[in-house]
Amino acid sequence: MSLTLEEVEHVARLARLRLSPAELEKMRDQLSRILDHFQMLQQIDVSATPPTAQVTDLINVMREDEVRPSLPREQALANAPEHQDGMFRVRAIFEDA
Amino acid sequence: MEYLVTIGLEVHAQILTRSKMFCGCSADYANAPPNTHVCPVCMGLPGALPVPNRRAIELAALTGLALNCRISHENVISRKNYFYADLPSGYQRSQYDDPLCVDGWVEIEGDNGPKRIRLTRVHIEEDTGKLIHTNDGGSLVDFNRAGVPLMEIVSKPDISSPEEARRYFQKLRQILVWIGVNSGDMESGALRCDANVSVRPAGQQEYGAKVEIKNINSFRFLERALAYEIERQIRALKAGEPIVQSTRGWDEASGTTVAQRTKEFAEDYRYFPEPDIPPLRLTDAWIAERRAELPELPDARRRRFIEEYGLTAYDASVLTDERAVSDFYEQAVAAARVRGVTPKDVANWMTGELFRLLKETGEPLESAAHRLRPEYIGEVQDLLNQGVITRTSAKEAFEASFREGRSPARIVAERGMAVIGAGDALTDLVRQAIANNPKAVEEYRRGKVTAIKYLIGQVMKATRGQANPQAVQQALEQELARE
Repeated sequence: MSLTLEEVEHVARLARLRLSPAELEKMRDQLSRILDHFQMLQQIDVSATPPTAQVTDLINVMREDEVRPSLPREQALANAPEHQDGMFRVRAIFEDA
Repeated sequence: MEYLVTIGLEVHAQILTRSKMFCGCSADYANAPPNTHVCPVCMGLPGALPVPNRRAIELAALTGLALNCRISHENVISRKNYFYADLPSGYQRSQYDDPLCVDGWVEIEGDNGPKRIRLTRVHIEEDTGKLIHTNDGGSLVDFNRAGVPLMEIVSKPDISSPEEARRYFQKLRQILVWIGVNSGDMESGALRCDANVSVRPAGQQEYGAKVEIKNINSFRFLERALAYEIERQIRALKAGEPIVQSTRGWDEASGTTVAQRTKEFAEDYRYFPEPDIPPLRLTDAWIAERRAELPELPDARRRRFIEEYGLTAYDASVLTDERAVSDFYEQAVAAARVRGVTPKDVANWMTGELFRLLKETGEPLESAAHRLRPEYIGEVQDLLNQGVITRTSAKEAFEASFREGRSPARIVAERGMAVIGAGDALTDLVRQAIANNPKAVEEYRRGKVTAIKYLIGQVMKATRGQANPQAVQQALEQELARE
């Protein structure tokens, strides 16, 4: 199964990756092979196996509705390349840039 | 040509909890300085482990039950992936395949009588952060709101007009606030909605292209935005222009909807089960516990007020609009009945004097109720029924109770408002009036019966209006007959 270049571009865009034409080709090849692998897995009969998203066997892990201390703001902002008035500063947000 | 309008609403309601959905940060973000209610979980830092808030799940299920939904036994939290600066982890934790609540309905007053608006689902998710755009080409991000518990309530496209959409949204708000799962505060964004609207010529089977109007946070905006959008679409259809499926925003200043991004890729959220949160398995016993938590809902209470208390549809409706008012009424009725005061009289005091005074002071009943206690209503009406005070005095005592927080009986006693009844005090005043007004007495004796009116007036003046005029007339007639 081979992906089209458009499909690879679409996935790259969703992941906010800018790929060169050479990289796009390379990704098309690699992603196609991964999909082939899944195609192979899909031949296995799993009709008797319930859909499983987790293997921990845990259920209902919840916490009580209690407020606990938050981070000091200096710590919350410590890794931000830029901040202003106690807020993270980012570049202006352009719709679907 | 006639056009059919089809509207569906997606309502976002913050769940009223103390802490956030997946971490212990305070959910009370409204007045907190930016980024002071944040932690590694709600900032999406690597390695942080989210743990669902039990109360948020309970309240969301309670909402589902109040909206006649079925509660799912198997629940999966999913990641909805997209990039935006207000979403720190690059995905929103939400629900996809297995929402917590499915298939409900809300009854509203439709354009042609009572109408059920069916619900597709109610699911749980987390709110995003807040963005402030600066005028020097940047955006500032505050993550206090990120991770606040949120419900999305999705209706079927059963709504046929802007008015119905407003009534549906109002009804939802009433129920959510009533059962205590949402603050109802639309200005702060605790309750908001997106509206999907399409128009098609009558007779056409398939729906027209759907336009989504985003982020509406007032009933009036909802109604106006839909009215505008429907008009716009009909005009386009008449001109033979195609309606493009798109997202628009309501601009209150211009009174128009404005095209936003056309999201070619936006629907590609690549949902997958959140690996960090084990499934939630809700048992029948757990669901039964939630059902037991559900209070009597406004519609049921309204009907009961009509049947049990003999109220008019209007009174029953205004007295079940808000839970606090409704509860106060029931407490007032219970106390009043002991004194033989009717529920109807209690309703009249509330919809008349009490609502007037609340409007004047602009406070909610919850705060006024610390002064004017529910039992005072029966008390003041009882004093009136017993003839102890006049209607004017009753209103005065009621208002004083409302403002000063003392019982009407005490106020009546302190201010000497009690009617001077047929007793020695009245007889003395009557004799005085007869002695001081020989001319009127003379006229009365000569057969001018109306002259007694003047004497009644004199006695009333002497009591500063505190006497019962009928009692005064009786006493005068007796005294005049005696001499």
